[in-house]
Amino acid sequence: MSLATTPVDTHARILGIGSYRGSLIVPNADIIAAIDSSDEWIQQRSGIRERRFADEHESVQFMSVEASKVAIQRAGITAAEIDCVVVATVSHLLQTPAIATAIAHELGTDKAAAFDISAACAGFCHGVALANDMVRAGSATNVLVIGVERLSEITDPGDRGTAFIFADGAGAAVVGRSETNGISPVVWGSDGEYFDYIRQREDWRDVVGTPEEPGSGVMPFLTMQGSSVFRWASFAMAKIANETLERAGITADELDVFVPHQANMRIIDAMARSMKLPPHVRIARDIAEQGNTSAASVPLALDRMMVEGEARSGDKALLIAFGAGLAYAAQVVVVP
Amino acid sequence: MATTEEIRSDLADIVNEVAGVDTDEVQLDKAFVDDLDVDSLSMVEVVVACEEKFGVSIPDDQVKNLRTVGDAVAFIERAAA
Repeated sequence: MSLATTPVDTHARILGIGSYRGSLIVPNADIIAAIDSSDEWIQQRSGIRERRFADEHESVQFMSVEASKVAIQRAGITAAEIDCVVVATVSHLLQTPAIATAIAHELGTDKAAAFDISAACAGFCHGVALANDMVRAGSATNVLVIGVERLSEITDPGDRGTAFIFADGAGAAVVGRSETNGISPVVWGSDGEYFDYIRQREDWRDVVGTPEEPGSGVMPFLTMQGSSVFRWASFAMAKIANETLERAGITADELDVFVPHQANMRIIDAMARSMKLPPHVRIARDIAEQGNTSAASVPLALDRMMVEGEARSGDKALLIAFGAGLAYAAQVVVVP
Repeated sequence: MATTEEIRSDLADIVNEVAGVDTDEVQLDKAFVDDLDVDSLSMVEVVVACEEKFGVSIPDDQVKNLRTVGDAVAFIERAAA
C-alpha cells in the first residue's frame, strides 16, 4: 500500500529578508574595563568597533517579530500566508515551550506550524535548508525562518575570550515557491569531537544544585576556545564553502556575494584568503558595527548589504554559518 | 630533505604573506610574538600554511611551544624526518 503525498512540483527561493538590531550601541570603550583590554586590541583581534545590545524591552520574541514584519512585507505576502515558523536561537532562556509558537501567534499567522531549532551560530542556514525542503516537498508554502539571539545575557562581561565578541539582534527570511530554483542544495554537518570548543559553561542542574550541595547560582555563560575555533572556522569551513559552490553548480567567478557567519573579522579575512575568492566578490563585514550575533548574523549581514546596495536582487550569495557543536551549514541563494 | 635554510626561507615567505613581515626579518633567533608582532591568530594561519607547505601535522597543543622561528623550523625538520 502507498499513502498519499503532497502533489507539489515547485522550486523554492528566499522571497524577503528583514532584520532588527538591538538598540544599544556599545563601543569597545564600554567593554574594556572588565577585561583589562583596549579598543586597539579588540579591533586588532576581531575587527569589532562597536556592537549592538538589546535593551530591557527588546526580548528574543520582540526582536524576532520586528525582523519578521519587515521580511514578510518585503516578500509581498501577509502573515496569514505563513504556514511554518522556524526559529534558530540558543538564547531564549525559557526552555519550553518553543518561542516560535508565540512569534507565530503575535505575527498573526493562521495556526502555522512553529518550532525552535538549536544549531547555535549555524542555526539560520540550517533553517533555510529545512525551509527549502519543506516548500519543495509541499509540507509548507511559505516558511518564516528566524535567527535571533540576545547573547549579552549569557556572556560573561569579565571573560577576555568572549566579552567583546557577542551581541544581540534578529534576522528573518521568508522562503516560498518559485518557478526557478533560488536555493542550492545544503552542505552541512557536524564535528562533535569538538563539542567543548564553544559551550555553555555548565548545565542548569549545576546552577540550581541540590539542598546538600547548592549550585553556582550564576548564569551559565558561554565559553570558547578561541584559537582552536579560529583554526577550524578559517580553514575547515573554507573547504566547506568551496564545496558548496560546487554543489550549487557555480564557480567562484560566478559568485557575487559572500556572507559568512559574522564570527570575527579575522576569520572572515582568513576564509576569503583560503578560498581564493576573486576580488569582485563582495564580502559581508557587518560584524564591525554589530558584533557576533550567532544565529542572527547571516541575515543581519545580508540585509545590510541589500540596504547598502552591495547585494542586489538576482545576485548569487554564498551563505555559510558555523559554530557550537561544532555544527555547520552552507548554501548558495539568489538574493530576493 | 630540505635544508634548515630552505625551510626558514619558505617559512619566511609564509610569515610575509600572512602577517606582512619582511622576509629578511624572519631569522631563526626571532620570536614570533615579541620580535615579529605575529599574534596568536596569525600564528594559527602560519601553522596551517606550514602544514600544507611541508606536509607535516602541527596540533593545536604544539603551537604554544613554537616561540621562535628556530623552534618552528626545528619542529618541521623533526616532523618531516
